[in-house]
Amino acid sequence: MAERVDELIQRLAGDAGPVRRLRPPVTRAIVWLLGVATLSTVAVLAFADTGLFMSRAGDRKLQLELIGTLLTGIAAIVAAFHLSLPDRPAVWALLPLPPLVLWIASSGYSCWRRWLTFGPEGWSLGESAECFGMILAVSVPLGIGLFLVLRQARPLAPVPVAVTGGLGVAAIAAVLLQFFHPFDVTFMDLGVHIVTVGLVILGSAASSRFLKAA
Amino acid sequence: MAPAETPGRRDDGPRWARLMAAAQDGSQADYARLLKEIVPLIRAVAAHHHRASDRVDDVVQDVLLTIHRVRHTYDPARPFMPWLIAVARRRSIDALRRRIRTEAMEVRDETSYETFADPLANRETEGREAAEILAGAIAALPRGQREALELVKLREMSLLEASAASGQSVGGLKVNVHRAIKALRARLKGEKDG
Repeated sequence: MAERVDELIQRLAGDAGPVRRLRPPVTRAIVWLLGVATLSTVAVLAFADTGLFMSRAGDRKLQLELIGTLLTGIAAIVAAFHLSLPDRPAVWALLPLPPLVLWIASSGYSCWRRWLTFGPEGWSLGESAECFGMILAVSVPLGIGLFLVLRQARPLAPVPVAVTGGLGVAAIAAVLLQFFHPFDVTFMDLGVHIVTVGLVILGSAASSRFLKAA
Repeated sequence: MAPAETPGRRDDGPRWARLMAAAQDGSQADYARLLKEIVPLIRAVAAHHHRASDRVDDVVQDVLLTIHRVRHTYDPARPFMPWLIAVARRRSIDALRRRIRTEAMEVRDETSYETFADPLANRETEGREAAEILAGAIAALPRGQREALELVKLREMSLLEASAASGQSVGGLKVNVHRAIKALRARLKGEKDG
């Protein structure tokens, strides 16, 4: 038994060249987020109706919703980078929860106000199909890009990494949606948002084994 | 005694951190020394989850391989011991889960593994296998041939009784029995040769 272990150690040591250490997880998360921010800025300036967005930007509830969504995205991405390393505690997974609560609460409040103002129309299916399509269309390439960076750490427990990463890209997609979706959300829209974010997280978790494959 | 004999002494952490940093920079000697020294600690973690010594040994090897694969994730600015214990514990628990899953899926059938020097002693197992092969071959026959074979040969009906039971003519039954036996012979010969 001990001989087998000794042989293995000799083999591993003989095979060991210098390795490039990973940079700290916060640094890696910031670099990734800055890359996404740059691409997003270009996309928003090129395709979004920024005038319409600016006209709504003074709305306090929209500001709260946007801050909640953006912080959820940032916190979830930072958590995913931490969780990809062996020695970081699992409580990192809780980091995105406070901003997630703010995101859901502010969206819910927005729906409730719309319902009070418009009555049953507040339940109507607003721009849900487009929201669904856009969140998925943005999340999938972002998710693939994120996985490629996260798998450099070869996470030993890939599911929490994939779940927080999935939440992160879905939240970033939802932030971008605000620039292309110049309407208050209805309850149905909110439901579709939640389902879409859930689908992105599930899809990400289902793909978690690709994180191990590097 | 060498430090390798004592799992995780207080002063091991900083020294192992230096050895790992040197290993990351490509020092094979430091890497080999580090791996040798950490084996008792890995073994202690594995023994916490596994009793059988061969399983503990398997986990030790798995942890060493994992450390080799993820050694670039260790940050020399951080303590080494939590990193090492996290890797060892994770792989040890993974091995435990794998074992529980495998044991839950496994069906123990003692007779299927039995084989004896005396061919007569294996007759029960072999007979059961032969019966299964024959049943499969009969099931694969066309319906008319299968029916004819079952009625005339297995239930030992007369041709007239079989004709009344199946609706096939006496001539048809004879032809079908003949064809069924020929088909079975060809199929079983194929099984034996294959």
